[in-house]
Amino acid sequence: MTTVALTPPDNTKRLPGDLAIWFFILAEMLAFAVFFSAYAFARARHVEMFNLYQQTLDRNLGALNTVLLITGSWFVVLAVQAAHRNDQKAIPRNILLGFLCGGGFLVVKVIEYAAKFGAGISMSTNTFYMFYISLTFFHFMHVILGMVILAILWVQARKGVYGAHDAHGLESGAAYWHMVDLLWIVLFPLVYVMR
Amino acid sequence: MINPLKNSAHRAWLILIVATGMTWYLGEVGAAGTLAIVTMLLIAFVKGRLVILDFMELRNAPALWRALLEGWLILVSSLILL
Repeated sequence: MTTVALTPPDNTKRLPGDLAIWFFILAEMLAFAVFFSAYAFARARHVEMFNLYQQTLDRNLGALNTVLLITGSWFVVLAVQAAHRNDQKAIPRNILLGFLCGGGFLVVKVIEYAAKFGAGISMSTNTFYMFYISLTFFHFMHVILGMVILAILWVQARKGVYGAHDAHGLESGAAYWHMVDLLWIVLFPLVYVMR
Repeated sequence: MINPLKNSAHRAWLILIVATGMTWYLGEVGAAGTLAIVTMLLIAFVKGRLVILDFMELRNAPALWRALLEGWLILVSSLILL
């Protein structure tokens, strides 16, 4: 059988993955944009209170989690690159490494939440903690969804579904995973560092 | 010789890690006020753009989608600064 080149030449503009996932990503990003600006407006009205309670957050754990998500994203890019050069072993391996980075993020976040809840802090403690808990938890849920997607991609990749012939599904899942990273890149400085 | 930095993903990862260190450091020294916030937003913009262009691979995507995601970064930064 002759192989038909399905990928367009390099000079053609191409959106990776399915168009639908990009609309979904855009909707998610808009929801977070509303959340982020609500935080910024609330902070502007209570600058001193936000600055005071922000000091109780663990910046080191927040930065560590940034590193974990960036590295997790990087592994998934490597998985997509492996698919394009048809390296069947490297695809699931890199997806798994990305998944483990996500798992590391969740562990760090649970340690952080345990310390906060153990100190008796809750959503109703004050406006700052209400935002801190709801924003980070909303993001936490997205990390979990991203990991579910990575788990599905891993299973599919092991079956040899992705490769130079077709990487569409992999690219779609990867794009979602990168969005989770992108959101944290804004969330970390906004909630943990800006004062 | 293979130069690992020829791969845009490796390059992006390295810059993203260094930039994360910069934001962390600004927190450590207690940088505060408008200038500090603008600096952190600029760092976040550079990082976000790398994720969009090199991780999401939108560098060669149709201009509309590139603009939508990069526009989101600008929108969010502006709303935070307001």
